[in-house]
Amino acid sequence: MAKIELKHISKKFKDETIIEDLNLTIKDGSFTVLVGPSGCGKSTTLRMVAGLEKQSGGEIWIDDKCVNDTPPGLRDVAMVFQNYALYPTMTVRGNIEFGLKNRGVPREEREKLVKDISEIVGLTPHLDKKPQSLSGGQRQRVALARAMVKKPKVFILDEPLSNLDAKLRNQMRTELIQLHKRLGTTFVYVTHDQVEAMSMGDEIVVMNKGVIQQADSPMKIYHDPANLFTAEFIGTPAMNIMNRKDVQGLDIQSAAGIGYVGFRPEQAMINAGADIEGYVLEGEILIRESLGAENIYQIQSRTGIFYVKTFLAPLVTADRVTVTVPHDDLYYFGLSGERLRGIEVSTKRPVPAGGI
Amino acid sequence: MTVWEKLRPYGMVAPAIIIFSLFFIYPIFYMIYLSMFDWNFVSPVKTYVGFQNFKDLLMEPDFRQVLSNTTIYMVLTVTLTTVIALLLALWLNRKSYFYGFVQGAIFTPHIISLVSISLLWSWLMDPEYGLLNWVIGLAGFDKLQWLSHPSTSLISLVMVAVWKGLGYNTLVFIAGLQSIPTDIYEAASLDRSKPWRTFTKLILPMLSPTLFFLVIINMIGSFQVFETIAIMTQGGPVNSTNTLVYYIYEYGFRFFKIGYASAAGVILLIIVGILTMIYFKMLSNRVHYR
Repeated sequence: MAKIELKHISKKFKDETIIEDLNLTIKDGSFTVLVGPSGCGKSTTLRMVAGLEKQSGGEIWIDDKCVNDTPPGLRDVAMVFQNYALYPTMTVRGNIEFGLKNRGVPREEREKLVKDISEIVGLTPHLDKKPQSLSGGQRQRVALARAMVKKPKVFILDEPLSNLDAKLRNQMRTELIQLHKRLGTTFVYVTHDQVEAMSMGDEIVVMNKGVIQQADSPMKIYHDPANLFTAEFIGTPAMNIMNRKDVQGLDIQSAAGIGYVGFRPEQAMINAGADIEGYVLEGEILIRESLGAENIYQIQSRTGIFYVKTFLAPLVTADRVTVTVPHDDLYYFGLSGERLRGIEVSTKRPVPAGGI
Repeated sequence: MTVWEKLRPYGMVAPAIIIFSLFFIYPIFYMIYLSMFDWNFVSPVKTYVGFQNFKDLLMEPDFRQVLSNTTIYMVLTVTLTTVIALLLALWLNRKSYFYGFVQGAIFTPHIISLVSISLLWSWLMDPEYGLLNWVIGLAGFDKLQWLSHPSTSLISLVMVAVWKGLGYNTLVFIAGLQSIPTDIYEAASLDRSKPWRTFTKLILPMLSPTLFFLVIINMIGSFQVFETIAIMTQGGPVNSTNTLVYYIYEYGFRFFKIGYASAAGVILLIIVGILTMIYFKMLSNRVHYR
C-alpha cells in the first residue's frame, strides 16, 4: 500500500517540453486512472513513477520516501505493459517467477506463490507453455500474474487492455476492478479510453498537453467538469458546446466573460412540451442511432450540429423537433475554456406588443 | 489444356534449372566421379582406381595437417569473430552520430575485395618493414615473424579473417538486438534483473537465431578460405597454413592430380554438408523464434 506524490515534475525530451510543473497526489489504495488523448504525457508520467523514465525536474515520493534516485526494481512497483512484454524465451512459470528468483526467494516459497497466483488468474493448465502459444487474454493474465506475484506497493498499468478484443476487454475490466478490491493495492492505470477511465477508476486524472485538467472522482468529473476540455473529453457522445454568440433566447445575468455554453446530450429532451422551463433549440434530425436501450440523435440546428441521447424512449420519427435543455443542466465556460459557476439564467419572454 | 500451357511453367523455370544443373549439380557429380580415377587433366586415359585416392589422402600426413589447420582456423575465426562482434554490437547498439560512424568504419573491410585485403595485410605484417612490427617495436617488445614462421602464420591469417568478418557480423547482431522490444528490458529492470542476468537469460536466448545463423555462415565460410592463403602464404611456411580448399587447388591445378584433388573435394563437400545439416537441425529444434 502506498501513496504516490509527484511534486513539480517536469519532463523534456531534448528541446521539447512534454510536462511542466506537474503536481499530483495518488491516494493510498486508490484506483487512479490517468486519461487523455495520445501524446498528453500520461504514459510518460506513469513511466516516471515506475522509474523507467527519469524526470527532468521535480520529486517523486512513494509513501514517505523520495524515489528520484531509486532504480525501477527497488521502487516496489510492478508494471503491466501495453504489449505485455513477456519474456518469450521462458515458460509462463518462468515469466512469473523471474522476479522472485532475482529477489532470492527460496524455491519452495516460489512454487507456492506461483501456484496461488496462477490459480487466481486461471493459468494453472498453461504454466509450462511459452507465451507465444497463448491467446491475447491469456498473455494478459501472465502479465498480471507476473506483476501480482511480487506483491508490490503500487501496480502500474499502461493501457493493458488496448490489444484485446471488445468482449475480452469488458471481461478483463471487471476482473481488474475485482482484483483491485481484493488486493487493496494502489493501482495507477493509463488509458486513452474515457469509458475505461469512468468504469474502472475511483479517481480520474484528466490530462491534456502535459497539464492536469482535473483530478476528481468519476462522478465529479462527469457532473462538474472544471473546464471545457474535461467536459468535452468525458462522456459519449461528447458534451454539446455552443459559442456564446450563437446562443439566443437566454437571459444570462453577468453575461460578461462567457465564451461557451454547453449541455450533455443525455440531459436534453426532445419535444418536451412548453411546461418544462429551459433553453429551447429547434432543428432537423440528421441521423438516428438506435442502440436498443438508448437512442442517439444527430440534430442540425440553425447554429450547428448537436447530439441528443434518450434512454428507453421510443424512437422519434419526426424530422423537425424542438429540444429543451433545463437551465440547471447548462454549463458555462469562459473564453479560455475555464468553467464558470453560479450563473443564473431565465428564458427571455417576448415582451407583449403594446404593453399591458 | 494446350501443349504450350502445359510446358509454360517448365519453360519459366528452365533457365534457372539449366544454370543450376550446369554449374552446381553436374560439377558435384563429375567431381565424385573423378575422385575414383587417376587422371592428369590432359591425358585421354583415365585410370579407374576405386577408393584408392581416399585411402592415399587419409594416409598422407600432409593432408591430416591440412585438416587440422582448417579446423583450428575455423574454430578460432568463428569464435573470435562471433564473440567480438557480439561485444561490439552490444556496445554500438544505440543511436548517435558517433556510434553510427563506428558501425560504418567497422563495416568497411566487408566491402573491400579479399585480394586487396590480403596485399594490405601482407605489407602490414612484413617482419622487416611492416607497420605492425614497427608499433610492436615502439612499445618495446620483440618483433614477431607473423606470416613467415609456422608458429604465428595461421593465427595471423585468423586475424585477417576476423578483421574482415567483424563488420558484417556486428551489423547482423545489431539488427538482431534491435528486434528485441525495449519493454522486455524494462520489464526485466522492474523484475530486479541484474545486467548480466538479463543478458544471459533474455537477450542471448532471443538472439540465438542470429547467433546460429552467423556461426554456421562463418564456419562454412572459413572452411572454404582460399584467397588470403593463396596470396599471403601459399600454404607455407612448412605447410602451416595449408587448408582444404588451397590443398585441392594445388593438387588439381598445379600438380594436375585431378582424381586426388577431387577426393579431397568430396571430403570438403561432406564436411560442409554435415555442418549445413546441423544448422537446419538446430534451427528447427533448439533455437527460439518469436
